[in-house]
Amino acid sequence: MSHSSAQASAHSEHEHGQPAKGLTRWLYTTNHKDIGTLYLWFSFAMFLTGGCMALVIRSELFQPGLQLVQPEFFNQMTTLHGLIMVFGAVMPAFVGLANWMIPLMVGAPDMALPRMNNLSFWILPFAFAMLLSTLLMEGGGPNFGWTFYAPLSTTYAPPSVTFFIFSVHMMGISSIMGAINVVATTLNMRAPGMTMMKMPLFVWTWLITAFLLIAVMPVLAGVITMMLMDIHFGTSFFNAGGGGDPVLFQHLFWFFGHPEVYIMILPAFGIISHIVPTFSRKRLFGYASMVYATASIAFLSFIVWAHHMFTVGLPLAGELFFMYSTMLIAVPTGVKVFNWISTMFRGSLSFETPMLFAIGFIVLFTIGGFSGLMLAIAPADFQYHDTYFVVAHFHYVLVPGAIFSIIAGAYYWLPKWTGHMVDERLGRWHFWLSIIGVNLTFFPMHFLGLAGMPRRIPDYALQFADFNMIASIGGFLFGFSQLLFLYIVIKCIRSTDQAPDKPWEGAEGLEWQVPSPAPYHTFSTPPKVD
Amino acid sequence: MALLTLLLLGANNVAHSAWQLNMPEGVTQISASVYELHMIIFWICVVIGCVVFGVMFWSIFHHRKSKGAKPASFHESTTVELIWTIVPVLILIGMAVPATATLRQMYDTTASDVDIQVTGYQWKWRYRYLNENIDFFSTLTTPTEQIHNQADKSEHYLLEVDNPLVLPVGKKIRFLTTSNDVIHSWWVPDFAVKKDAIPGFINEAWTRIDTPGTYRGQCAELCGKDHGFMPIVVVALADTDYQTWVTEQQQAALSKQAAAERTWTLAELMQQGEQVYNTACAACHQANGMGIPGAFPALKGSLIATQDQAAHLDIVLFGKSGTAMAAYGTQFDAVDLASVITYERNAWGNDTGDIVTPQEIKQRLQAGQ
Amino acid sequence: MSSSSTAPANPLYFVPAQSHWPIITAIGLFLLMFGGGHLINHPDGLLKWSGLLGFLVIIWIFFGWFGAVVKESLSGLYSPQMDRSFRWGMRWFIFSEVMFFAAFFGALFYIRQLSIPWLGGDGAHQMTQILLWPDFVAHWPLINPPDEQAFAGPKAVIDPWHLPLVNTVLLLTSSITLTLAHHALKKGHRAQLASWLAITIGLGVLFLVIQAEEYIEAYTLLDLTLNSGVYGSTFFILTGFHGLHVTLGGIILLVMLIRIIKGHFTMQHHFGFEAAAWYWHFVDVVWLGLFLFVYVL
Ligand code: HEA
Ligand code: HEA
Ligand code: HEC
Ligand code: CUA
Ligand SMILES: [Cu+2]
Repeated sequence: MSHSSAQASAHSEHEHGQPAKGLTRWLYTTNHKDIGTLYLWFSFAMFLTGGCMALVIRSELFQPGLQLVQPEFFNQMTTLHGLIMVFGAVMPAFVGLANWMIPLMVGAPDMALPRMNNLSFWILPFAFAMLLSTLLMEGGGPNFGWTFYAPLSTTYAPPSVTFFIFSVHMMGISSIMGAINVVATTLNMRAPGMTMMKMPLFVWTWLITAFLLIAVMPVLAGVITMMLMDIHFGTSFFNAGGGGDPVLFQHLFWFFGHPEVYIMILPAFGIISHIVPTFSRKRLFGYASMVYATASIAFLSFIVWAHHMFTVGLPLAGELFFMYSTMLIAVPTGVKVFNWISTMFRGSLSFETPMLFAIGFIVLFTIGGFSGLMLAIAPADFQYHDTYFVVAHFHYVLVPGAIFSIIAGAYYWLPKWTGHMVDERLGRWHFWLSIIGVNLTFFPMHFLGLAGMPRRIPDYALQFADFNMIASIGGFLFGFSQLLFLYIVIKCIRSTDQAPDKPWEGAEGLEWQVPSPAPYHTFSTPPKVD
Repeated sequence: MALLTLLLLGANNVAHSAWQLNMPEGVTQISASVYELHMIIFWICVVIGCVVFGVMFWSIFHHRKSKGAKPASFHESTTVELIWTIVPVLILIGMAVPATATLRQMYDTTASDVDIQVTGYQWKWRYRYLNENIDFFSTLTTPTEQIHNQADKSEHYLLEVDNPLVLPVGKKIRFLTTSNDVIHSWWVPDFAVKKDAIPGFINEAWTRIDTPGTYRGQCAELCGKDHGFMPIVVVALADTDYQTWVTEQQQAALSKQAAAERTWTLAELMQQGEQVYNTACAACHQANGMGIPGAFPALKGSLIATQDQAAHLDIVLFGKSGTAMAAYGTQFDAVDLASVITYERNAWGNDTGDIVTPQEIKQRLQAGQ
Repeated sequence: MSSSSTAPANPLYFVPAQSHWPIITAIGLFLLMFGGGHLINHPDGLLKWSGLLGFLVIIWIFFGWFGAVVKESLSGLYSPQMDRSFRWGMRWFIFSEVMFFAAFFGALFYIRQLSIPWLGGDGAHQMTQILLWPDFVAHWPLINPPDEQAFAGPKAVIDPWHLPLVNTVLLLTSSITLTLAHHALKKGHRAQLASWLAITIGLGVLFLVIQAEEYIEAYTLLDLTLNSGVYGSTFFILTGFHGLHVTLGGIILLVMLIRIIKGHFTMQHHFGFEAAAWYWHFVDVVWLGLFLFVYVL
């Protein structure tokens, strides 16, 4: 890659295009870095909000018996915790990273459609404000789980479900626009010479993620619209009395929902595929197979949805089809894991904070993947389904999976964003506290599930008491460790410890060829890639 | 790290052997094969995990920069990549074969000896023995004081019911699950039976219990407020004991029919009504009749419960479609219905003095909606 | 605060300056949704009017934001690369719309192929019929829903070979006239262009009028309503959302007509027009699916 031309373009930017002053900088911005920053802060705020709800759940479950909250409120906490973490924390965080990094990585001056980019972000605070306000409404907020199965979410829902539906509509609009932006940027704005198969993996994984988003968010919009019609306009999509079927809801939901969980992990794969080579000082093993594996996962994700519905009474043939297709996903995912490990093998490894989180990711995500594979075995899933074993599975892929990758990415790129180095010592503390906390919280849940504890219950039988207590302690440990993260980030922003353009010895890519912090406008003249 | 945690927890397990850590092997042939499947997959994953993490930690210890490791330059190998695509596929096929066999067995609901319709209600189960003419509800009996930590919790806290499902051992029992309101899921781990109860549809599942005993499970699909409080208790009896039980049940049903014909006093109705109210209605309308604002209306002082008696009968017998208020006319006998309505019209200071008789209920039911 | 930029920073790519339109749009959308929720939940309250406010804001945005984009485009700020970005954006937007309809078509197929037969005792569901719906006979179109007390079925369903057939012809013709308009644009025949486009819009309006007539007949003559079981549900949601898209597409075409009358677009550069045409063709294709699966089969 031509180093000098990128430098030149970056420097020429200093002459003009400084950010506007005051609040309007953020409200009116069209700058991908500003928008990325907005997304990231918003997502962190939502992470704390959803986390506080998790802590309410964990506090109630600390001991058997009802002590802190009533069952109605507990269900609202479970629901909102899931919704906020998924739609408010993980997805916006990845969009934020995409905004910051994709233009830098492909050598583009900005996202393809900058104003729409700003709109995608600003819809979110309103959508979540509306979602949270349902808690104050008569009858309470949504209490039917983040999967909102009909008819609990239709005929039997609290009145606030109307606002829930509209807020999900807004989130969907935002995601679709964000995804269209990513697709247009990667397909159209790459620097000359950057062919598709030279694209950094984070860009690749996001391109495919964006495709998933555009394909499934409209289906979610469709299904919540049908809910709205069933609730308020007398239709009977999900009502057998009129010829519909409650299970139809689940098919539509999971046609969205399963790709959705890969939307939350593919960009994570991308991030890890940058960090591991950097700190192994060795090229990523199997770039091409990484790309094909990601595409295969995306393809498969469209034909596995009913593995969430093994117990609803699918016909045997359907059951078998979905079991086999689900099991197949282990193959491309395995390719990824093996590639990361081969990258580390005979490298020259060092363990700065981003690498620690990346290693934590690989190990714990794989454990989560293993439990996923167990869930995929339909007859066994009859025992696991809707127990804490499932809760353990998805928290392993989501918390030390998606969340760790986001944290790792933040540590990795913070020098580029802020121009300052991160306090490594505190970073290590953060890592060790997090990893202990996360395992303490979610590992015992495997045992709880196998022993028969159903999910979404505010109170439980006595034999589950000990592990719940451990999980609750772990939850608080993990949660409060994240305040350390906040402190580290603020400290990094305020620090005076100037970061070099390329703070990591083994790093590669266009983003390291612009100064740190990255100037407000970069690559106004495209760099040449060869 | 995770392995460490695993080990730590493993050490703990030895110390507290009372904890159940693994899936129960259960008491049916199916549950045993499910358990076996579970263990096979588990150990395969453990082995793969050991290999993968083994290589990784080996690199972490031996290929660190601080030890002077120089990076190699290889970055792809079609052979290796093919191997680690094909080998997992083979492993997966190895898992899929026994899984398919077990699943086919689970789906074979033909040739059953006993058919039971299991209907989920918010928040209780109803069992109808299709061939025996037995029909009853099964509701949680754990007292609220225990739930609210005002009393010590009993051994089977939250896993105890008034009327357990009674089944014979050694017979093929077919469960026909459905629901009256939202989706529930009927789950007994020891049988490896979990089947969703979908309103408007019947799902089938089956079991053949090997050993007599009491088996406990819980509703496994979020079904609203008291989802955590609708347990399942199955008592499996030897065949002869089961036959005795069936005869008893049928006789009890006859004497209940007789009770509907006699005259009831207000006090009798109030006493009976309070009991029915607390098991069937208090979950929503609350024991003090105050309901939950925004979700469930108060009955204390409500127009219907203090004045319009016909409307009161109507809503209790026929429910109100589109709301959580179910039609109770099909769930209780005339005595229970008469008593609970009488109770509501006289409790909590409603004091109307009205008496609703079982005969009135019967007439109203006959007239239809 | 003007949304159009000063001179482009570089000749290749146009990065717009700061703009207040996005956040106003976000607020407008929020007001619309919030008001809509109140309209449904608390029709007697006052907050429902915020929906009207949101609606007005969004109309304002159509003029303000899109007006700014048109100005930028006219002043030659957009490079071919920008043009490609718009194209990608529009294509993927249409793809998302395809998936939106796919959800409803999926629901239709599921109900026809699975849930109705199951309710009638098909496959492993004999007991469903025996225990729960003993009187129900599976049949499509669904005239007698399982629970006829809650959902009184329609008397009959719409005859595909009358109004729907007319509508099919109308829409197909409109696609042709729109293509003729495009050809005229490419050849620079502006008068032809305007008239073909006007005819297209006219056909669209006619389509909507006939659809309205069809709805009226459904409600008054056939008792085919949203309440008449799942046939009515799928019928109205599919045709309803399609009609909404025809309306939207018609408005977009109308805007294009106005722009053409004002002299916008050149023989080479007329992506706005093309995007509108793509959208119209997409709506057309959806209708073919509807005609086949909702009316005929
Ligand atoms: C980031 C999110 C994420 C990811 C990546 C995954 C990944 C997987 N998930 Fe998970 N899943 C969720 C999020 C996720 N899941 C959520 C949120 C739910 C619950 C939703 C709800 O009900 O609320 C859920 C529920 C869920 C269920 C339903 C359980 C139930 O409700 O009964 C199932 C069943 O099949 C399943 C399977 C899988 C599988 C097979 C994978 C695979 O992709 C995993 C593949 C990875 C590996 C297998 C490890 C690495 C591979 C190797 C080292 C190669 C060699 C391995 C072998 C050959 C064994 N998941
Ligand atoms: C990415 C997604 C994500 C993430 C990150 C998490 C994070 C956590 N989750 Fe969550 N969870 C879900 C997704 C996620 N979860 C989903 C989808 C469900 C299913 C919902 C459903 O059933 O419908 C679920 C359900 C779920 C349950 C089951 C509830 C039930 O079935 O009833 C539990 C129980 O323990 C739980 C716990 C936790 C905990 C302890 C964390 C911890 O990691 C949280 C860490 C805590 C914090 C981050 C808090 C930090 C804040 C502070 C320390 C206070 C500071 C205060 C201020 C600054 C104001 N989660
Ligand atoms: C699952 C929750 C639930 C249970 C259990 C329940 N109800 Fe209700 N009940 C409701 C709801 C919701 C309404 C309000 C219906 C409406 O919207 O009008 C209601 C309304 C009523 C009313 C009318 C109150 C009024 O003034 O409008 C009466 C009387 C009543 N129920 C009696 C009973 C009786 C008797 C039982 C038990 C045998 C019972 N309910 C069990 C949910 C429940
Ligand atoms: Cu019934 Cu959960
Ligand atoms: Cu899934």
